[in-house]
Amino acid sequence: MTSASDVPEHRFRLSQLIYDTRYRSLTIQVVTLMLVMAGAGWLIDNTIQNLHQLGKDFNFSFLGNRAGYDIGQQLIPYTNDNTHARAMLVGLLNTLWVSVLGCATATVLGVIIGVLRLSNNWLVGRLMTVYVETFRNIPVLLWILGSIALLTEVTPSPRDYKIDAATGAAKAEMILFDSIAFTNRYTAIPAVRFENSLGAIPTPLAPISLNFLALAAVLIASVWANRRLKAHAARVQETTGRRPVTWWKSLALLTVPFLGVFVALGGHLVEPALKGFNFTGGMNVSNAFVALWAGLSLYTAAFIAEIVRAGILAISKGQTEAAYALGLRPNRTMSLVVLPQALRVIVPPLISQYLNLTKNSSLAIAVGYMDLRGTLGGITLNQTGRELEAILLMMLIYLAVSLTISGLMNLFNNAVKLKER
Amino acid sequence: MSPQSQSFVRAEMLPPKAPPATQSGVLKWLRENLFSGPLNTVLTLAGLAVVYLLVTHFYPWFRHSVWNANSMAECRATIAATWGEGATGACWGVIRERWHQFLFGFYPPELYWRPILTFLGLFVAVAPVLFTGLPRQMLAFSAAFPLLAIWLLWGGSVWPVVMIAAGFALGFAALKVLGPRSTLLATIAAVVGPVLFWLFVTGPVDDLLTQIVPIALTPVASDRFGGFLLAITIGAGGIALSLPLGVVLALGRQSNMFLIKSLSVMFIEFIRGVPLITLLFVASLLLNYFLPPGTQFDIILRVMILVTLFAAAYIAEVIRGGLAALPRGQYEAADALGLDYWKAQRLIILPQALKISIPGIVSTFIGMFKDTTLVTFVGLFDPLKGIPDFIRADFAWKGIYWEPFLFVGAIFFLLNFSMSRYAMYLERKLKRDHR
Repeated sequence: MTSASDVPEHRFRLSQLIYDTRYRSLTIQVVTLMLVMAGAGWLIDNTIQNLHQLGKDFNFSFLGNRAGYDIGQQLIPYTNDNTHARAMLVGLLNTLWVSVLGCATATVLGVIIGVLRLSNNWLVGRLMTVYVETFRNIPVLLWILGSIALLTEVTPSPRDYKIDAATGAAKAEMILFDSIAFTNRYTAIPAVRFENSLGAIPTPLAPISLNFLALAAVLIASVWANRRLKAHAARVQETTGRRPVTWWKSLALLTVPFLGVFVALGGHLVEPALKGFNFTGGMNVSNAFVALWAGLSLYTAAFIAEIVRAGILAISKGQTEAAYALGLRPNRTMSLVVLPQALRVIVPPLISQYLNLTKNSSLAIAVGYMDLRGTLGGITLNQTGRELEAILLMMLIYLAVSLTISGLMNLFNNAVKLKER
Repeated sequence: MSPQSQSFVRAEMLPPKAPPATQSGVLKWLRENLFSGPLNTVLTLAGLAVVYLLVTHFYPWFRHSVWNANSMAECRATIAATWGEGATGACWGVIRERWHQFLFGFYPPELYWRPILTFLGLFVAVAPVLFTGLPRQMLAFSAAFPLLAIWLLWGGSVWPVVMIAAGFALGFAALKVLGPRSTLLATIAAVVGPVLFWLFVTGPVDDLLTQIVPIALTPVASDRFGGFLLAITIGAGGIALSLPLGVVLALGRQSNMFLIKSLSVMFIEFIRGVPLITLLFVASLLLNYFLPPGTQFDIILRVMILVTLFAAAYIAEVIRGGLAALPRGQYEAADALGLDYWKAQRLIILPQALKISIPGIVSTFIGMFKDTTLVTFVGLFDPLKGIPDFIRADFAWKGIYWEPFLFVGAIFFLLNFSMSRYAMYLERKLKRDHR
């Protein structure tokens, strides 16, 4: 006969650590922790010994020293008397600048190509397929190197734009109404100047131009007003069943105040003009930047095109047909029914393409564009001989940038994704 | 009844008329596919303009191609003599003269059979993994192939490679013999046994065997590797090594254990958050800091370690997708059968999850294969920048840009395009299975 006294006592035995599933996971985690700590300790110990042998230490004070080198493209004021830290910041901003421009161009190109690839037009569809397959299957390094070779080997030198006195014509001509000149050293583009400039607020990081601040404020106010207008139109539609015509009001709201402020500030475009052997007046963008930008954009556009195509194809035909049955016009169908759903499919892979582009911007090394890798991981590293600090810091910064981008885009994704109830 | 009112009744059917010209044949196709509306017409014309521009720009250049030339100057002279002054043309002479450097780098020409044999072996080794219809015994060759490839490519005595293989065999034997008795004991023996074997037994036995049976190939140093040989070695080696690591990381990320999960997430997110170039710099500049003082080893090996870690993080994410795509019922069924974690993973979860992940793994491999060109920035001779730069340094080929780009780009395209087509085919095939 059984009784309560037959129940075995719950005394902890050591073997339970391995054979009892309640404790086993704890054991595994403790063992893993010990192994990881031991591994990390081994690496750190090796590093300390190696540093000691080389007579080096581990500190970041070199960032406060004078950099002593020039950087071709600077978004914030920088001279070679500034510190390595500021050089690093200039490099980081250059990385971000080419990434942002690259993402924007790649998105525009990618959406166009992705949509065209789906078009009924046989020729255009095939051309876009060829584009996508060519650019996707060849390393991005080739596109960057090809762009820089094209710019330095094929384009004329600035002096070729000079009008020859004998023939009355120049060897090379500027494009787009004499506003852009590709040369083998830089690309000359028009610059924006303000006659009645409001000046700038000096901050230790960089002077903030009040002109651009004013323009940005006007633009934001216009966009807000436009949204109010659309909301009003929607309210009218709900009560009366008729949507007031708003497109010309929207257009006016978005452009007139902006242009008004622009004119009031005396803003105008200064076109580059040849003076001596160089272009002055406009802006001279280095070929390194143009090549990197073009290479990254063209390459990533092929991937984005595929993402967009897949996103649109993922929306079943029934959705479009249902929208037509409700009496929506094709463009309203696209904007109200297909696109919002396609966006849910498109956004997550798009985020990873943006991340890829940002990481690929480190290929600036191939063209000599001074990005984060070129400043902190390049000249600063070589000058100070602090590989360990420079590379670790560089990796941490890239990591921070990547995590920030994916965090921001995930916020956006959460906003557009299907709300399941 | 007057004859006029007699109505006409047709006794037989009229022969069918041919459809209107615009509704059949070429014209219909043109109308539907190229000129169906104003927008479509504009697009077609724009497309035709693009094609026309491309052809008129590049066709003469290709038509003026010169193959028999040993320098840029010779090319230019030939083109000028044949097509007149000012004509431009492709100078394929560089490919004819230097193709072996693009493919093999500076590998000794008399030993080219070794990389070629390895490359062919790669297909035999990969075949049973990709095509499930092949006999399973071929997997034994797949398992042995990495070591065989190392021996063939780098040469030297065969015994160190045999010793490494013997270590693995020892671990496997321990697992087989002790496994039925105690899983824990077997695992420990399978890990510790080979390590002890490699540390203490390998050296003397290797010396002894080398003296008795000296089987050796001419050794080839790592700095002789270059071109596509280097790219494929790093790419294939990286992916092969990163697969097991990726599986472990993916399982770790799916694990219920907090510490394991967070370590895996940290590793994966860190690697995916930094560019490959920074990792290659770690390989070339920092790895020596992290290893015991005085350790000095091969740059290709160092690069391969970092490339493996890099690929492993991406593979882990692909496999995690495969794990997540499995229906929950599979996990529950495995639990219901009373299988423990590893048995469930090995017999039920992983075979299915890996099968779903193969297309993703192939894409990762394509990405990594393209990324191998970045090794040029740590001083290796990749086919895209390292080798052409080397060739341009020769005065005879100074200023030759487009021909190497086209040649190397075409090879990359061929390899990657066929792999991506294979992945698409696989995706379609597997999709049907899972409906």
